[in-house]
Amino acid sequence: MSLASNLMDIALIIAFVAVALAQIMAMIRLVIGPDTGDRILALDTMVVNAIGLIILLGIAQGTRIYFEASMIIAMLGFVSTVAYARFVLRGDIIE
Amino acid sequence: MMLEMIATFFVAFWLLVGAIFSLVGSIGLLKFNDSMTRLHAPTKVGTVGVGALLVASMIHSYAFGDGWSIHELLIMAFLFVTAPISANFIAKVVIHKKSCETPPPPTKDETWSTLDIPEADREYTKTEKA
Repeated sequence: MSLASNLMDIALIIAFVAVALAQIMAMIRLVIGPDTGDRILALDTMVVNAIGLIILLGIAQGTRIYFEASMIIAMLGFVSTVAYARFVLRGDIIE
Repeated sequence: MMLEMIATFFVAFWLLVGAIFSLVGSIGLLKFNDSMTRLHAPTKVGTVGVGALLVASMIHSYAFGDGWSIHELLIMAFLFVTAPISANFIAKVVIHKKSCETPPPPTKDETWSTLDIPEADREYTKTEKA
């Protein structure tokens, strides 16, 4: 049991560190991204990574209350990506 | 006891899979050197990365929480459905901004719709140029 719970803790820590590193790398691409498309893509990736971090938090605390938060972030992330892209393409979001 | 042992190993496995795919996708986003190539890498984060973390969450809540939770499938389905749409929009932005090689002209129309000037603005751009 001790081995198993240790394994869980280690896996959780590794996952937290990896997803946080991924978030930082997406942020670097957001800053240096040479073009608008790269910046939108970096923001989209950051939203997906944020969902991953929230799920990891839910596993670490053993609760389910973070489900709604990650669902709303997933929806808002998609809508905001499409809004950014449409603004660049058409100069307007709702025509 | 036995179930918890097995579930712990499965949760740890899926957590590691999700973590590795998230990391690999973001490394690709950072290291690739072309806008269209960069579009390819973060799709791993959206599908396998978050998908594996959600599977880990499902197994965890079955073994240690209170029964099955299928809410996670909803997030997974939503991400899988919306990922191609947002990728298509971002690719259109990249073509529109001409930050990649412009694709070869289409067979039927004059040009790609993203690069086309709308009917209403054609007169205006003509006078602008002249």
